[in-house]
Parts: sequence; structure tokens; C-alpha cells
Amino acid sequence: MGFDSLIGGTIWDEYSNKVTELMNNPKNMGEITEEQAEAMGAKLIVADFGAESCGDAVRLYWAVDPKTDVILESKFKSFGCGTAIASSDTMAELCKGKTVDEAVKITNIDVEKAMRDEPDTPAVPPQKMHCSVMAYDVIKKAAAQYKGVDMESFEEDIIVCECARVSLSTLREVIRLNDLTTVEQITDYTKAGAFCKSCIKPGGHEEKDIYLVDLLEEYEKEKMAAVATIGNENGGAGSFKEMTIVQKIKAVDKVIDENIRQMLVMDGGDMEILDIKENGEHIDIYIRYLGACSGCASSSTGTLFAIENILKEKLDPNIRVLPI
Amino acid sequence: MRVYLDNNATTIVDPHVFAEMEPFFVQKYGNPNSLHAFASETHPALKTAMEKIYAGIHAPKEDSVVITSCATESNNWVLKSIYFEQIITGKKNHIVVSEVEHPSVIATAKWIESMGAKVTYLPINNEGIVDPESLREVITDKTALVSVMWANNETGALFPVYEIGEICAEFGVPFHTDAVQAIGKVPVDVQALNVDYLTFSAHKFHGPKGVGALYIKKGRELTPCLHGGSQMGGYRSGTLNVPGIVGMGKAMEAAIDALDFEMTEVRELRDMLEDALLEIPDTFVVTPRSKRTPNTILISFRGIEGESMLWDLNRAGIAASTGSACASEDLEANSVMEAIGAAEDLAHTAVRFSLSRYTTQEEIEYTIEVVKKAVERLRSISSSYAYAPEGHESGLEAQH
Repeated sequence: MGFDSLIGGTIWDEYSNKVTELMNNPKNMGEITEEQAEAMGAKLIVADFGAESCGDAVRLYWAVDPKTDVILESKFKSFGCGTAIASSDTMAELCKGKTVDEAVKITNIDVEKAMRDEPDTPAVPPQKMHCSVMAYDVIKKAAAQYKGVDMESFEEDIIVCECARVSLSTLREVIRLNDLTTVEQITDYTKAGAFCKSCIKPGGHEEKDIYLVDLLEEYEKEKMAAVATIGNENGGAGSFKEMTIVQKIKAVDKVIDENIRQMLVMDGGDMEILDIKENGEHIDIYIRYLGACSGCASSSTGTLFAIENILKEKLDPNIRVLPI
Repeated sequence: MRVYLDNNATTIVDPHVFAEMEPFFVQKYGNPNSLHAFASETHPALKTAMEKIYAGIHAPKEDSVVITSCATESNNWVLKSIYFEQIITGKKNHIVVSEVEHPSVIATAKWIESMGAKVTYLPINNEGIVDPESLREVITDKTALVSVMWANNETGALFPVYEIGEICAEFGVPFHTDAVQAIGKVPVDVQALNVDYLTFSAHKFHGPKGVGALYIKKGRELTPCLHGGSQMGGYRSGTLNVPGIVGMGKAMEAAIDALDFEMTEVRELRDMLEDALLEIPDTFVVTPRSKRTPNTILISFRGIEGESMLWDLNRAGIAASTGSACASEDLEANSVMEAIGAAEDLAHTAVRFSLSRYTTQEEIEYTIEVVKKAVERLRSISSSYAYAPEGHESGLEAQH
């Protein structure tokens, strides 16, 4: 409520110039035929996601080099509103030149960020976020097809929202990636809960095994557990290793926030955690430097050692920090 | 070129209406209920305006036409008064509305339902129209009110209000109709059917915004809408909106005068647009022309999401509308498209064009040209018309 909620606005006013330009002239709109793929010496992948009955549908075409797994050409066709078309176009653009494994790592957030005019101003209003989630899903579908993984087993574990066909794993992933805390946010990002509303909470016209409110509660508990673990000074070395991936990221982020980030920000830089993997006895934390840090000589020497030492001391002596 | 084809949302104010309102802002600004010349100099114009409003719907003097602030207020008032008088008191326990009423009726009905009453939502058939026999099946001696619109805002479908009024009379149940989309498009005569309450709004027929009305038949008095200084016969307190009432009166007179024009010239332009759009392959219109208001088309372009069509139209200066997912903030499909049971893949493709007596042939010709280009461009982007290699198992249909 309050001033901004009273007279409403046009959602189109909240689109970035890039979104507008891509809607008017999508660059990667089109098709790749079998003949064209063959001429490139590539394998043609055609993947579909969404449905017209849900308001958005996208078909992604890839020409993939079978020797290198590199996506040589990437095109799309889309049924949807302006942001769906712009997101599909951006997604197709981001796939180009990447290997299939790299492309699978493209998230809806990468798509949305690539459409921003200013780094800190969202490219689309919240209720349009689901358009970029769809772009993300269709990549996974294309990759599954290329790798010959059974599509059903790859994508559909449990469908929580039948109307929008949103799976449990997608919901868990989107909730964590975007730190979502309300049903409305889940709906904005995934469309889950936007239609018959049965999946939001018990009491709808259809009974479910799991509801959106349950998933939020699950994530909330996880966050609390992560905070509690870090707060426990007696936790010792073993406890970091036993955390879930989300807890690990939270714990590392907290240490960086309290000890390192301020130093980086003062120099006009920052960093983000990309992944945490166990590698034999080591725990490898992959990070990416942002802003001024990314070109700084010290980022691979002094600063890196400082970051690694603090994480070793606070969390686990087996930690290694690897900048990418 | 700028073309306004969203007249079911609101209309341009008739310049003659504006001219009649103007003196009541700076010159004759008195409160009509005061005791001095500033007050009494507003009375002749108010009286004339009220006479025109009564004449416009052929209301007898013994009945009341209460001026409100909008149709939403009028609709809320009827339903909530009935709730307070009939339902909360335990006399009745049931109301009936159609499933495609305006949100001001649907949302109020849902609130009444949440307070413990029973609400029946009458379905529409594949022409987008309520079958009066479906009312006969659900109406009982416990029914406190039936509320069914005269004309639907999305499709322009004319509902069988005469038959519904008869059934209500048979059961002694009050009948309310939201006639917002009917005034100025088809004859509305409250004495030609059995109706107890009738809602309308000035800005839908070239009058000012912020002026609605509720017709109330004698003997069907309602609990006051707003308590206070007893203006509007005690039904709706609050200082009279003098310029607004004057504007509604003039707009009503002009709308009645233009009724023949609406049913001939406007209809011809609408038909010209509709014929041209239906020449485009894979297009569908809901509700036969003879069963619609003369100014409205709700049309689906297969493979084109409604908001995308609005986007391309807007770039060319054309204003139209869609009730579908992406255009509104709630992501819902067009409720009428869902209710008529249209093919699922069309639920998000409906676009509404609504004309007025100000629409010109030149504007319609331009619109036809722009829509054809937009369809060509958007279908070239659409996955619905996209190439797939032989044997490709499309996930697009299987998704639902």
C-alpha cells in the first residue's frame, strides 16, 4: 500500500530499453532446419517448453558440433508477450558459442541481467520474471535431449503446480537462487500458483502432496539452520563439511560479508560464490571477482590468500579458494 | 495516427457535455443544499439533467435514480445492502450472479460468500451468453438477489435480461442488472422488463468519469449507501457532484439521440473491421453479431499472445484491450475465453476492439492495415507456427 500502489502504472513503462528493442526486433528469432544443421556438420536439437494455454511457449533450436559439444547456432520461436520474446531472444544469444554443459549453467537471472540497461535496475517488473524462468527451462530441455537423457526423468520429478507445469526441483532451485520468501514472489518467478491456486496451500479444490507454503517453510528452516551452525563457535572443522550446499554457501557468504567484502568494496570491487565442491580431502570454493577486482593483480595473490586463510580459519582447514 | 478503439474501457467526453459542465466549476459553484442564491442557481440545470437521465432509461418519477461515484459503487451497494437486509438477518441465504460479471459484482459476491452466504455463478454457453433456464434450476425461495449484466464488457454479448427478469418475478426475487455496457448501444427501458435495480456509468457513454448511477424501483428500497446529510433522498449522502450530474444528463440525452447512429453507422464500421480481420486465417470471434452490442469485437488470433498484439498496435498508435494473462497483473487467462470453453490454446489470444460514434472509416481502414502487419510479424516469431523436423515430439501441446 502507499503512494506507489494507488493509481497503478503501465507494466510496459518498467521494461528496459533493451527489452523494448528486442521485442521490436528480435535478433535470434528464426529456425534451424535439419538441412542447415547438416551443412554445418552439426546435430539439430529442437526443444519446446511451455504451452499456449498457459500464455507462454518457446521452441529452441540448437546446431551443436558433435565433436566439441559447442552450440554453433541458436535460434528461437516464441508465443508470448514482449518480455517472453525478449527473454527467449537473450537466452538464444547467451547459448551461442558455449558448450552444452556451459549453456545448462545459464540461469533465468543471467537472462534477466543481460537485458538490463543499468546494472542495478531490473529489466522487467516482478510479475514478468516468469518469462526468463521459461528461457532457462527450455535450455535444460534442449541439453537433456542432446545428451540423450530421458526427458521425463531429467525434468519432471514431482509437478507441484499442474497448471503451469512447475516441478518441485525447479521451485526449490528458483526459491534458493532468488531468496524468495512469499507465495506471490514464487508466482512472479515461476507462474506456480497463478492459475487454479490449489498448489498454494491446503484447502484448494485439489489435494496435493506438497504446497508452495511447505517449500517456503522448508527454505526458511534451512536458512535458520545455516545461521545456527555458523553461530555455533564449537561447531569445529567437521560441521562445515556436513552442511547442505545451500548452508555451505550461506556460511561462506557470511564469513566473506563479515571479514572480506568491505575491503573489496572499498577498492571498487566485489566477489561472488559460484560453486562449492568436494574434491578428495579438499573443499573447493569457486569464486568470481567483480568490478575492479576482476583485473587486479592481487586478486590471484595477496587478496586470494587472505580470503582463503580467513575461510580456513573460520570454517574448515581443507578449504581451497579457486577464482574463475 | 492515433486511433482509440477501447471505448468499452472509457470514452472521450462529448465536447457538448463538457461545455454544459463548465459553468459549474468556477461560476456556479454553490452547494445545492444550501439556502442562498449560489445554491439555487444550480437547481435548474440539476433538475434538467435528472429529467434527461430518467428519460434515458424511461424510469417513472416514483422510482429513484441515485447518482453515485461510479458503477462499481452502484454494484457494491446493491449486493451489500441485500446482504445486510436479507442475509445477515437470516431471511434469505442465497444470491445468483453470472460467472462473467464485472469484478465489482464478482468480488462483492465472493465477499458475501466468505461471510457465509451461498452464491451461484451461472455459466455462459459457447456463444458467451447465460441461458435463462440455468437460473430456473437454481433459484429458490431463499434467493435474495439475482444479478446478471445486460451486456458483457469483453464480448459485447447481450444477455437475456428480459427472460431472466420474468423468472425473477415468478419467484418474487429482486433482479439487478449491470447495464454499463448497454446504455447508448441498445435501447434500455426499465419499464419494458421486470428489473428492480439497474447500474450505469457516465464515462462509458461520452460523459465524465466519477459519475455512476443506480436505478431503484419503488418498493425495492435499499439501505443507504452512504449515511450522512441525507442528500439523494437519504440514499447516498455527500455533497452533490453538480458538474458530474449535469454532464451525465447531457451525455445521456446525446447517447439516446445517437442510438440509431450507433446501431447503423457504428455497427457498419464494426462489421467492416470484423469482416477484414476474419479474412486473416486462424481468427475466431466470440458471440454471433446479432447477439452483441454494435460496437464490440472480441477476436482471437491463433498463435499470438494478446499483449504482444497490443504492443504492436500501440506502436502504431492504436488503443485496444485484452483481458488475458500478460496484460493484467494477475496472469490469469481471459475469463470469458475460459468460461465459453474456447480451445485452451486460445485463452491468451483474445483482443478486444470497441468502437464509438467518434470512430471514423479512415481509422478503421488504418487499423485493418496495422493488424494485418502485426499478425504477419508476430506469427513469424510464434512457436505455434514454427518449423519442427519430422518426428519431433512437440512439448508445446503436451504441456497441459
